[in-house]
Amino acid sequence: MSPRFEPVIGRYLHFDLLGKPHRLYVEEAGNGIPLLCLHTAGSDGRQYRGLLNDARITRNYRVIVFDMPWHGKSSPPAGWQNEDYRLTSRDYVRMILEVSAALALDKPVVMGCSIGGRIVLHLAHEHPEQFRAIIGLESSPKVDPYYDTSWLHRPDVHGGEVCAGIVSGLVAPTAPDEGRWETLWHYMQSGPGVFKGDLYFYMIDGDISDKIDQIDARRCPLYLLTGEFDYSCTTEGTLEVARRTGAQATIMKDLGHFPMSEDPEKFIGYLLPVLEEIRTGQKASAA
Amino acid sequence: MLENLAARVNADAHLVRRGRTVNTTFLIAIDEADHLVRVAEGRIVEIKPGPFITPNYSFAFRASRDSWDKLWSPQPIPGFTDIFALVKKKLLRIEGDLHPLMTHLLYFKGVLGAAGKAAS
Repeated sequence: MSPRFEPVIGRYLHFDLLGKPHRLYVEEAGNGIPLLCLHTAGSDGRQYRGLLNDARITRNYRVIVFDMPWHGKSSPPAGWQNEDYRLTSRDYVRMILEVSAALALDKPVVMGCSIGGRIVLHLAHEHPEQFRAIIGLESSPKVDPYYDTSWLHRPDVHGGEVCAGIVSGLVAPTAPDEGRWETLWHYMQSGPGVFKGDLYFYMIDGDISDKIDQIDARRCPLYLLTGEFDYSCTTEGTLEVARRTGAQATIMKDLGHFPMSEDPEKFIGYLLPVLEEIRTGQKASAA
Repeated sequence: MLENLAARVNADAHLVRRGRTVNTTFLIAIDEADHLVRVAEGRIVEIKPGPFITPNYSFAFRASRDSWDKLWSPQPIPGFTDIFALVKKKLLRIEGDLHPLMTHLLYFKGVLGAAGKAAS
């Protein structure tokens, strides 16, 4: 293989986030409409490598991916050693708005997966005017706890091993091995207690069931894409959101909970018509 | 359903390596039929069918035959592709001392996956 660089730029952004100085790792590629991407709980922006490297996307979109504080190459704020990390709906919404403002993005498209797919519903509810369009991957109004998350953060259980073990079945059984294990590797590298802290939002604080009916996809176009093998954010949950909001929903065959990293090529086939529709304002022919 | 499980697991060098520090006995219940599975250094050394009077094991997986059939279906069925999918639907109960399971979760999922291959 001849050596080559990817057309992706990674930089550290210094700014005040949630009232504290932060050093946030941000990657981007492409030009055009800003597409701000949100990773899943306990993982990081590497999940969007497929998009960042796809010229079909980057010729019209400036794809921007940031690692949330505590995740990936974004460190926790100073003093982290004396607190338990716990993501709340309020902080998550503020984080996205503050990152968008710090990057001076003009009405970006925001796209998030899992916890990101949930928080974009909060954005659609509270701040639809700030976004050109909203894309929820693996979105559902709520997920009740179905295992004891304390197993994810205790010194006598390896956090990386157990986090990957918990989520392994959320990857579609049909996913290629490389995408499956790349996705799990990100989970294996998560910091202690970070996945558990994100799940506080996912399973407790981020429940938006009682506000779904107040979301109006006419105020900001809302697209939902969910893998058929996702048993956490179920296809039923996604279709319920679509029915109650007027969002456009697609169930993706042969994909699971991590479509952008478990099988990027297949996922991008579903995403391209959505991005084309957002860009042109006209429905694209199926990919 | 578990006839060829030991041979399948023990023939999978990658799975045995993943479980090289696993030494425990766990229980698989299919309907009311209990099976004690003894693991030593990642290899299955004994599968003992019940009934038992005082079974001694660290943790148990209990589900109906229908649920196991769905988990082990050669054609993956959405909503039935993982033990936690079944737990979420309240079709599988995981009980006992979960520490050995949680410390080696990918290994035990691999073992149950091999049971699916054995069943097909």
